[in-house]
Amino acid sequence: MKIHEYQAKQVLQRFGVAVPEGKVCATPEEAAKAFTDLGAPLAVVKAQIHAGGRGKAGGVKLVRSADEARAAAEAMLGKPLVTHQTGPEGRIVRKVWVEKGSKVAKEFYLGIAVDRAQSAPVMMASSEGGVEIEEVAARNPEAILKERIDPVFGLFPFQARRLAFGIGLGEPKVLRGAVEIMTRLADAFVKLDCSLAEINPLVLTEEGRVLALDAKINFDDNGLFRHPDVAELRDLNEEDPKEVEAGKWDLSYIALDGNIGCMVNGAGLAMATMDTIKLYGGEPANFLDVGGGADKDRVTAAFKIILSDPNVKGVLVNIFGGIVHCDVIAQGVVDAAREVGLQVPLVVRLEGTNVEKGKEILASSGLELTAASSMDEGARKIVELVAGKGGGK
Amino acid sequence: MSILVDQDTKVLVQGITGKNGTFHAHHSLACGTKVVAGVSPGKGGGEVEGVPVFDTVAEAVEKTGAEVSVIFVPAPFCADAICEAADAGVRLVVAITEGIPVMDMARVKAYLAGKPTRLIGPNCPGIITPGEGDQACRIGIMPAYIHKKGKIGVISRSGTLTYEAVWQLTQLGLGESTCVGIGGDPVNGTSFVDLLALFEEDPQTEGVVMIGEIGGSAEEEAARFIQEKMTKPVASFIAGLTAPPGRRMGHAGAIISGGKGTAKDKIAALEAAGVKVARDPSVIGKTMLEALEAK
Repeated sequence: MKIHEYQAKQVLQRFGVAVPEGKVCATPEEAAKAFTDLGAPLAVVKAQIHAGGRGKAGGVKLVRSADEARAAAEAMLGKPLVTHQTGPEGRIVRKVWVEKGSKVAKEFYLGIAVDRAQSAPVMMASSEGGVEIEEVAARNPEAILKERIDPVFGLFPFQARRLAFGIGLGEPKVLRGAVEIMTRLADAFVKLDCSLAEINPLVLTEEGRVLALDAKINFDDNGLFRHPDVAELRDLNEEDPKEVEAGKWDLSYIALDGNIGCMVNGAGLAMATMDTIKLYGGEPANFLDVGGGADKDRVTAAFKIILSDPNVKGVLVNIFGGIVHCDVIAQGVVDAAREVGLQVPLVVRLEGTNVEKGKEILASSGLELTAASSMDEGARKIVELVAGKGGGK
Repeated sequence: MSILVDQDTKVLVQGITGKNGTFHAHHSLACGTKVVAGVSPGKGGGEVEGVPVFDTVAEAVEKTGAEVSVIFVPAPFCADAICEAADAGVRLVVAITEGIPVMDMARVKAYLAGKPTRLIGPNCPGIITPGEGDQACRIGIMPAYIHKKGKIGVISRSGTLTYEAVWQLTQLGLGESTCVGIGGDPVNGTSFVDLLALFEEDPQTEGVVMIGEIGGSAEEEAARFIQEKMTKPVASFIAGLTAPPGRRMGHAGAIISGGKGTAKDKIAALEAAGVKVARDPSVIGKTMLEALEAK
């Protein structure tokens, strides 16, 4: 789960991470008042969307008066912001964060991600801040220093010192601030079940303070059950409504750009099905794993979600029933196709437990569908049908 | 021979009184697996499918001699269940449960370090060693009937895609020595490399099918191991060639992040190590056959 920058800053502040003072605003008037309340000669108005690259896209403005703050907020609120991460349609800005301007002496990078090879989170620090860390990693990997965060003990201060000295935050008067921000960020990461945390840039101000000027936190969805306060930070406006609906049914769905809808059981098989469609020159419209406990209702819900995408011109169902019984899936497909009044070609491949019963249900349903005996054949047929060449029965 | 488990392996089921635990205990018993005990705290003294239920793993091990545990308990309690099994001296723990927090798994790994217990999973279909006829040592959730005793070892990060590959091996008459699902989570117990090493030493295994997917670098590490240590042929398939970066494809671990973990990179690494990589998942079995013939 992703959250907004202002939420991330509020969360980190609870753990003692130093962040600039700021206020979240939903109207231009609130932004003007926030500027006055902050009482600083300079403030920054930042658009709150779940995507990076806001600065270059005009979503971050320096303002020097309440009027300028109002104008900047007016220009952003209620309008889409297009960054390199949002896609061409952009994201509607619903809130802005107005924060006290900082006099930046130098920018750094601080981040934490789970390192599979080490089976633990790893903190990354670099003296090259404010830029994409992937670019730094590709161009100059030595510029990124790493420390493993012990999942039981956390990040030790000596490790934080090693990072601070390494990236040039080792001056006696700034070292303590740097160590604090690092150990506290690590603490928040472990305690809140984060999956990613980034402070980019981490800044050293002219006054010698170490501050989180930006903040990004993603949470491990599987850990949310023990952090109800974090779960409340979810912003459904930032998510694809089809993916939200799928989540309610415990379906794993991801919208893609193509026109062939896919319904598969198992994540690996679902990916392999997409790959095979592509192999035959088609484009998948989605990734969808109906999971192991697929019953008729879930299959119906999955079907509706797939067909709610107007780009879908055909559907491929690929099921290898192990524990899932093919006859149950077949009945679900038949019922769903009737219920939604299926208008596009449907190819169904069933294999595994109760496959003969499943095929019988499909054959006697009277539905216009094409049966396939393998994933390969199914993918080929749906691609042909969607391309209008006719896949045959 | 086979790896890790065989027809004599005594298995206990943690969470046997739950819906999934009961269902799969039944199916494992049906194909001849020696399920000797179940554990469900507070329900000790009872019976499920004719199998005695105990309150603790330690008691189940002491009374029945169970040496392998399969875990079906819900995700919030799974880390605790794994550690309880390790504490009781279970040599192999197979965690089927999906949705365990990554940080829990990181702590479990830290707990297991230095202990003799091996963990397979979590979020995996389990492990199966097919026996004679329709018999099998089935520790997990896979359909037993698609397997047939034979000469190919199977290792996979995926569930149903493994069934696809196994079904092909069975239909081609190659059969399987042991099939292991290592799971789709970013932090798991047993890696491709651990199992490749075991299959290399197993006399029954003549070749290995390795099914990977996008995310992480486990396939690249496997490629290095294959290049340096494996004499047996390896065939592979990597799912997610067309997956877009930054989107998690179902499995917690299946994500291309920061341009790393792409299927293309993994395929290149494996091919450079002499592995035959199927581009089309419907020819995984055939690819294994070709790799065997080429040796």
